[in-house]
Amino acid sequence: MTPSFSPLSRLLHWLMAVLILAMLVIGIAMVSSLGHYRGLVAIHRPLGILILILAAIRLINRQFNPPPALPRAMPKLLQAAAQASHWVLYGLMFALPLVGWAMLSAAGNPIVLAGAWHLPPILAQNVALYAVLRPAHTVLAFCFFAVILTHLAAALLHALIFRDGVFASMTVRRSHSS
Amino acid sequence: MPSPFEPPPIDPPPSGRYDLRVLLTRRGMAAGAVIGGVVVAMVAGFAWAGGFLTPGRLDQTRLIAGFEAANGAHPGFRRNHAKGVCLSGWFDSNGAAAALSKAQVFRPGRVAVFGRFALAGGMPRTADKPATVRSMALNFTLPDGEIWRSGMNDIPVFPVRDARGFYEQLVAATPDPKTGKPDPAALQAFLKRHPESVKATALIKAAPFSSGFADARYNGLDAFFFVNKAGVKTPVRWAMVPVDAFAPAAKTAPEDKNFLFAALTKRLAAGPAQWHLIITVGKPGDPTNDATLPWPADRQTIDAGVLTVAAVEAEAAGNCRDTNFDPTMLPAGIQPSDDPLLSARSAAYSVSFTRRAGEPKTPSAYQPPHGA
Repeated sequence: MTPSFSPLSRLLHWLMAVLILAMLVIGIAMVSSLGHYRGLVAIHRPLGILILILAAIRLINRQFNPPPALPRAMPKLLQAAAQASHWVLYGLMFALPLVGWAMLSAAGNPIVLAGAWHLPPILAQNVALYAVLRPAHTVLAFCFFAVILTHLAAALLHALIFRDGVFASMTVRRSHSS
Repeated sequence: MPSPFEPPPIDPPPSGRYDLRVLLTRRGMAAGAVIGGVVVAMVAGFAWAGGFLTPGRLDQTRLIAGFEAANGAHPGFRRNHAKGVCLSGWFDSNGAAAALSKAQVFRPGRVAVFGRFALAGGMPRTADKPATVRSMALNFTLPDGEIWRSGMNDIPVFPVRDARGFYEQLVAATPDPKTGKPDPAALQAFLKRHPESVKATALIKAAPFSSGFADARYNGLDAFFFVNKAGVKTPVRWAMVPVDAFAPAAKTAPEDKNFLFAALTKRLAAGPAQWHLIITVGKPGDPTNDATLPWPADRQTIDAGVLTVAAVEAEAAGNCRDTNFDPTMLPAGIQPSDDPLLSARSAAYSVSFTRRAGEPKTPSAYQPPHGA
């Protein structure tokens, strides 16, 4: 049986799973809304920065609590796909908040987190660059959602079909199988 | 031989565990249905949140499409208040508003300001008319990097209450392609559905237009809340009230298509123009969610300081042209009210800003003479 992820790794995983899914739903709802736009944007910005910070903590935690190896019996192709998808997920966890921050900087907009608490721009004002970053933020968000769905489907495949302990390594094991 | 009473092994042999042909078995199909169901449900939820399942509803892109239909395509320009010029100057706070708001901008002292004078309407090359609604948009850059942006118009109240009203008015005022003119029946139907707009339009018509940009009073229209150090929230509206004496608008438009802008440049050549930032303090019960309704005339006002506009320059890369004067970009100490127009303006400005950011630019209609 595959050994489990450390409790901290599992906590970070599930916390971020909830936050990122909420973030994607807020993001897609925000850009089509008139009445709720302002309120949703006010959540979207600080939540994005929180996800960026958590992603950094998670990457550091990964050095101290490396993920358990995948089952040796798993075909090499599936293993490679799993590894690659995890790095894509990490990449997007960093890329989306950073592109969001960069695009607000390029727009010359204030980057308010809450009250007087705001972030400095990370780019000089440049609307031509904003015009590229803004749609990139949307495209990356759709990619993120697609990769998350693939990740979830693969996790359920492990749980329901392969039954190789990979799903349980990120959840909670029944006591007798540990 | 395993006994028929023995349970099957929990772990199938490693060679078979990852054989996807299991999906063709009863167990595999059931599991596949569960996985597919989860994925489909999540996609459906995401699509619902994004409005993909309700394509007819009024959203920010539809609202902006309304502007584009009414005004035609003018790439690179704002979808509304398209014709404008950039302003620069400063704001001297006298400290009088500091009791109501902890915003740094209200502490005694000076902050840099840039902004934009513009005409309401989505046509960047329209001719100035004496009774065109004029606007002043401002960006206050506060010492710690906070930003306050405000967009104000020289009308006493806003003609519509919310985005729906705005859109319906826009559609009703869009010229019929057959006649080239708006359908009067559509406008009547709009007014019948929106009695608040009838009242507001009457107030707007009753207020005389000034002769130019420099002697116009610019009203914030939407209500906001000031929050002081003690956390007390006060409903407010604000206005920039000109120091220049009011002169009534001309009866007929001069020949110069840019006469309002040219007069502003000429006025500034004689010295800076100034406005007092007048804060109107609302009382409990004063509507904060309806910009069509004026507040009672006896409300306390506070003169918070003086805005000085020293110069104007043509719209260009990196100046007011590339700034989104979103009225919800506020410093700590000023909060948006429950006025639905604030969120709608923020959303619509964002779409307008994103579209024009990616479009080719052409010079603005009015170019102040160099050195003005």
